Order: sequence, then structure tokens, then C-alpha cells
Amino acid sequence: MASNGIKDRVAIVGMGCTQFGEHWDKGPDDLLIDAAYQAYESAGIDRKDVDAYWLGTMGQLSGLTLSIPLKIPYKPVTHVENFCATGSEALRQACYAVASGAYDIAMAIGVEKLKDSGFSGLVVSDPPNDGTLGNMTAPASFSLLAPAYFKKYGLDPDKGKDVLSRIAWKNHRNGAKNPKAQFRKEVPLEQIKASPKVADPLGIMDCSGVSDGSAAAIVVRAEDAHKFTRDPIFIKALSFVAGPGEGPLAQDYDFTTFREVVASAQDAYHQAGVTDPRTQISMAEVHDCFTPTELVLYEDLGFSARGTAWKDVLDGFFDLEGSLPVNPDGGLKSFGHPIGASGLRMMYEMWLQLRGEAGPRQIKDPTLGLTHNLGGMPGRCVSFVSIVGR
Amino acid sequence: MVGIVSYGAYVPFRRLKRSAIGQTLGIPAGKGERAVASFDEDSVSMAVEATRDALRAAGDATIGALLFATTTPPYAEKLNAAIVGAAARLPLEIRAADLTGSVRAGLSALLQAADAARGGTTALVAIADCRLAAPEGKSEQSGGDGAAAFVVGSEGVIAEIEASASVTREYLDTWRTPGERFAHGWEERFTLTQAHAPLLGKAIQNVLAHAEVAPSALAKVVLDVPNPRAVDEVARAMKLEPAQLADPLALTVGQTGAAHAGLLLANVLSAAKPGDRILVAVVADGADALLLRVTDAAATYRQPRSVGRLIESKGDVAYASYLKWREILPTEPPRRPDPERPAGPPMFRSQTWKFGFVGSRCTACGTPQLPPQRVCVHCGARDQTEPYPFADRRAKVATFTLDRLAISLNPPTVNVVVDYEGGGRFICEMTDCEPEKVAIGDEVEMTFRRMYTAGGVHNYFWKVRPKR
Repeated sequence: MASNGIKDRVAIVGMGCTQFGEHWDKGPDDLLIDAAYQAYESAGIDRKDVDAYWLGTMGQLSGLTLSIPLKIPYKPVTHVENFCATGSEALRQACYAVASGAYDIAMAIGVEKLKDSGFSGLVVSDPPNDGTLGNMTAPASFSLLAPAYFKKYGLDPDKGKDVLSRIAWKNHRNGAKNPKAQFRKEVPLEQIKASPKVADPLGIMDCSGVSDGSAAAIVVRAEDAHKFTRDPIFIKALSFVAGPGEGPLAQDYDFTTFREVVASAQDAYHQAGVTDPRTQISMAEVHDCFTPTELVLYEDLGFSARGTAWKDVLDGFFDLEGSLPVNPDGGLKSFGHPIGASGLRMMYEMWLQLRGEAGPRQIKDPTLGLTHNLGGMPGRCVSFVSIVGR
Repeated sequence: MVGIVSYGAYVPFRRLKRSAIGQTLGIPAGKGERAVASFDEDSVSMAVEATRDALRAAGDATIGALLFATTTPPYAEKLNAAIVGAAARLPLEIRAADLTGSVRAGLSALLQAADAARGGTTALVAIADCRLAAPEGKSEQSGGDGAAAFVVGSEGVIAEIEASASVTREYLDTWRTPGERFAHGWEERFTLTQAHAPLLGKAIQNVLAHAEVAPSALAKVVLDVPNPRAVDEVARAMKLEPAQLADPLALTVGQTGAAHAGLLLANVLSAAKPGDRILVAVVADGADALLLRVTDAAATYRQPRSVGRLIESKGDVAYASYLKWREILPTEPPRRPDPERPAGPPMFRSQTWKFGFVGSRCTACGTPQLPPQRVCVHCGARDQTEPYPFADRRAKVATFTLDRLAISLNPPTVNVVVDYEGGGRFICEMTDCEPEKVAIGDEVEMTFRRMYTAGGVHNYFWKVRPKR
């Protein structure tokens, strides 16, 4: 028994992505239609050419959420949900369906309309329960990483805060070059560091943008890819891991790692034949829901040795001009985080970068890109890693 | 011999300085401070605190009856005592009742427990009150919040109940109709001269006559009276020395309603010597008086936490925060969804976990875990578990966060990951702490709290607090 992967058997031949941000004039239906039609046009196909759909979005109950606005003519539409990795899960299902031979053309599409709730931050409701689940918000649960990491590696809290602030600074700097990002301006380091506290030591500027948006991908078999586009991108690895939730239960988890990420990264590297991610991966889109998440991810993904990511951050290793640019499109921080769309938005940046279409933030000659998408909380989460290339 | 087998007391961590009330409202302020139940405490949760201490000190006594007394029951309909029993992990097969309606309810419960003990049933009495009064009123300053608990039985008695006397009389003194938050009180001269002094005097006279004990033979006299001048009058009539009168804790705690006589008695008992006679009396709609004789067993009795220690363990609360906690001062709700009402069947299924804080221990590999797990987090064994209580285990903070986004009457919500001595980890809220001072490695202990109220359902569960 093994995770074998589908290296080079499936390609993405078209993608679409709406502007992320506050779409007061658009509902989820509008966002889905806009992203889907961008993807159809990008692949040069018609709506009726797609054989099957996977829709990623939170809290919906069926594929009708997509089939009705798009008037999909009696085709399979599957609604998938896997916390904040929902968009990546939709893509993964579509890729496997095509790889299996069941369908010729599949679409993965994700959408979220968060700004209509009227609430601050992300709101998730639990099923009826006994009232013992606690009420920790998302920034609070991820901020647990910060004091644990600082203490373990001997960073005083102020120095640690500098490291976190620089991650947000970098992502805003990248997002400023991205016309589709929610926040398109650079933010001075001091302003990030001094932003009002949300969950100490995290300030509002350590948190990803609450956003509306949609993104979509058209997936075909690799041998058919050049029929649709001159520059397809090929799936090298897709890995998805759900953890047993040991973090809140067992004392040996120390809140400086995501074991789920380590497992999914190892699986993905194995599928793709990557042995030294720090040098072999050209660029990555990672799940920077909060700044300490991105810090820990550098180590879990093998980009930095344990306890050293903070130095790489300060050295600019992950900057757009650095050796391994991370979140060149601005990441969740600056591009925004409409849950179901985020995994596909990450892939959209790979699509642009690998095809040389990323404009002012174009990375020179990338060969392998990685997307990482996570959902849950430290110690109790799901993790997705993909590797794509030309 | 029937009497008190063990006792427990609880004074909440927070104190409100009377001068702070005076400064804010521009009114004369009394001396000292009053104890204030925190935003996540109520009469039931405070009763649980005192009960846990009483049971710890009671050894292996088998409880057959549970009486919960308060004038501030969290539920008007639904047995509040059942919540206390569940949190204290008392057995299914017990008699239980709530006693309320007057601050006499506390001593009434003790007297009923004595009757039960005479019939062969060991009873637990849990008394708590969370005194609420309108701003600017005298009782806002004089009141206090607290709890006391007693195990009453016939074996291992440390204070024998020698005699009791009660009088009941209808008159208008303090009253509150259902739905009213603040009580009304009649003019003081009338109640002092016509009710408090004469009724208290009568009950005390009767109990001493019955036991043939002279006032001068009393080591301590606990008088719980709304008006301190009634104490003076009674003491003068009985020719009591000042040293015989128990500290009313007026400067440190305040008058804790139904719990007050019990709290004062618990304080007196911790310094009592075998042979001491203690008189306890309370007046409200009549009077109850109780005569106790401290036994030889008291010499070896060990009390987990004394009232004195609880009084010393404290932190201030600003008057504005207090008003917000009690929802006397309405505040703008945060832009977050309201908490969900906890559901009946899940609470029913998880009762020993939710209320008793009982986790599980894997019998295959020995790993304690919470909440209880059917498949072991360490070795993966299925259904090889035994119940494992965590409520009395000490723990240390592994990491923490201050959540400023979560809905709370007392932001920021301090969330901590705690590791228990002997194994087991849990993520929960930390209460009664200074958020800015929380650090990895802090020692904490478990406390039963009201997390929030939604849809008319009080959601009780456990938090940690710094060791008290």
C-alpha cells in the first residue's frame, strides 16, 4: 500500500480567478460565473465541453450551488469541503477523476462570499454539541504557535514579533504588484508591528484578509493538454492529509510544527521525486492564514532547517527576489482568503508564473512550483501540498 | 452524635473596593472591599467550589442527600442542586433539593441536613449567593459573593449539633418578585426594633435554654444580621465579650446572602479547638439558631483551603467592569455571532465529562487523555479505557494566547494549552488571571465555571485558574 501519485498524467489547461476583495455588488453566483467563464475562455472551451465539476465552498449542501447559476446541463457536480483547504480538495478530486479515465475534461472551482455575514473574521458554526468545544477564534488558535516557537528557539518576544511582521511586510509588498489582490499596497514594517492586537502577539496585520472571490481550473489528461494551450502546467504531486488531532490531546506536541504538513509534504516530494525542496522548488504559495503559520510552514515544508526559518525570513530568502520566493502573489495576507477559492487561487499564481504571465512579479524561469493549503488549527488540521511544473 | 463532618468555603478571586464605587457614583463610600463573583461565576459554580473542598476533607463519606441553598438560583425552574451534584461527581442515587426564598435558606439547609443525618443519611449542604443590588444602594456596597459547604453526618463529626431553635414571623423586610433583579427593603428602624433584634434574641434564648448553656460559655458567636446595630443589641443583651463575636468579614468579603452564616462558621471552625461551643444565628423572616460543640476529631481534621487563605488570594476589579459583568451596564455587542445554546442529548451523553471533568486512561498503554477517547491517541487501542478524573489534577501552561476577538464579558479571553501532572493535555480558558502576566510554565488548577448563557441555557464547564 502506498501513495503513488499521478505525476505528469494530468494537466491544467485553463484557469480563471476573480479579483479578491469586497464585492459588495456581486453575490456568490456572480463570482462563480465570472471565474468559470474566465477558465472556459482560458482553455478555449465551451461550457458544454466540461464533463464533470468539483465545487469547493463552505457550508453549502450540494452541487446545485454551482449547477443552477451556471445552468450546467445535467452533468455531475460534486460539492466538497475540507476546511480552508477546500479549494485544493476540489482540484485534487477533479485531477483524480481525469487521471482515472472517467472524464476527459473536469473543472475544479471554489468560491466564498465572506463579506456578507456582517461579522468580524471567519465564522464557522458547530453541529449541536455539549458546549465543551471552547470558543477560540482562528487568530487565537494559530497564535498559540508564536510563544511556543519563540521560547523553543530562544527568540525574545520583540525579536519574534519582528520576524512575524516581516512576513506580512513581504506578502503585502508582493500583493502590491498584483492587480487581483485584495490589498494592493505596501505597508511599512513599523505599521504592521504596531497594528491593534487581535490575539496576542498577533495584530490585525498578522491576519489574512477576509475576502470574497472565486477561482477555477480546467483539468485534462496530460496527452491532451497541448490541444487546449501551448503552455499547460502539469501535476507532479497532489497530497492530502487529515491528522488524528493529537495536538490538543497529547503532551508531546509542542506547537512549533504541523505534523500534517510534514506528512503531506513528504508524500508530495516522494510523488514528484523532489529530494531537496530548498533548492529544487522554484517558488511556493503557502497557507499564510496568520504570520506564525507561514514561519512554521517554512520548516515543515523543508525550505528551512528546524529553528532557522526566522533567520531566512530576516535574510530575505523568501522575498520575491530571494532564492525561494514564497507567496509571490501576496498570499492569503494580501490577496485575501475567500476560503473555498484560496487553494485554486494559489494554483492560479503557479499557472501565471510557469507560463511567464505574472507581470511585474514574474519570477525568472521557474520550473517547479508548490502550493500548500491548510485547514483547522495547530495540532488538529488537514493539509494539502501540490507540486506543479512545466 | 450528629453534626458537621467536613466543610468547605469559597470566596471568589475578585474584590471591588467600596471607595471605587463611591468615586464613580459620587456618593459616600464604606470602608474596605467586597468579594465579587467573576463574570463566569454564579451561585451554582461557587457552590461547586466549596463543595469540592468539603468532599475532599470528608474522606470516604457516602453522600445520600444534597441540599443547595441560595437566594440567587441560576435556574428558576430546573434543579440547580443537580448541577452541583454532577460537578462534584455525586452518585445517581441521592435525594436533592434547592432551598431558596430568603437568606435563611442556608441555615435551613443545614438544619434539614441534620434531620437527614439523624435518620441515617449523610447529607451535603452547598450554600452560595451572588448578591446583586442596584447601583447607589447600600446593599451594593455591603453585599458580597461567596459560598460554603458542609457534609453533615453521624460519623467523623468535628462539630456536633447540640441544639437548634427557629422562629418564623411574617413581616415586610426584604423582598423581590420573580423577574426583578434588585431586592427592595423596608425602612431600617422598623425592622431593627420590631423584627431583627427581638426575633434573633428569641431564637438564641431558646437554643441556649434548650441546651442549658450560658452565653459566657460560648467560644464564638456567629451573627448574620442585615443591620449591624442588631448585633450590638443582641450582644449587649447576652453580655457577650467582643472577642466572642465572630468576624463578620464585612471589610473583606461583604454580606454573602444565604451563604454568609455558613462562610462565617467555616472561618470560625478553622480556628476552633475541641470542646469549643459555637453559636450560629441568622435573622430573616424569623430566625434560626444553632449550637455546635467542637469534638476531639477536630484536632486531626485537615482543611484544604481556609477562608483566610481565600480572602488573601485576590485581585481588584474596576467598578465599570463589575457593572458590565452583571450586565447592569449594557455594552455594544461585538460583531460576532451569538454563542450557540448547548444541546440536551449531547450534554446528557457526556455528563461525566462536561460536568465532572472525567477523561479516560488507556488501560493498554496507560496514557491519560481528555476529553475521554475511545481510540487511544498514543497506542491506538480501541475501547480499552477506564474513567480518569482530571478536576483535581494540577497542570502547567504549555502555550497560550489572548483572544481579543472572541465574545466575552471580560476580554481578552485567555486561552491556554495545559499539560496535566501524570499525563493528559487540554486547551481551555484561563480565568481569574492577569492576561498580560500569563507565561509558559505557569501552574494552574481546574475550576468549574459558567461559560456563557444562550437561549436561556447556562453552559457550565471547566476552566483553569492560577493556583490559589
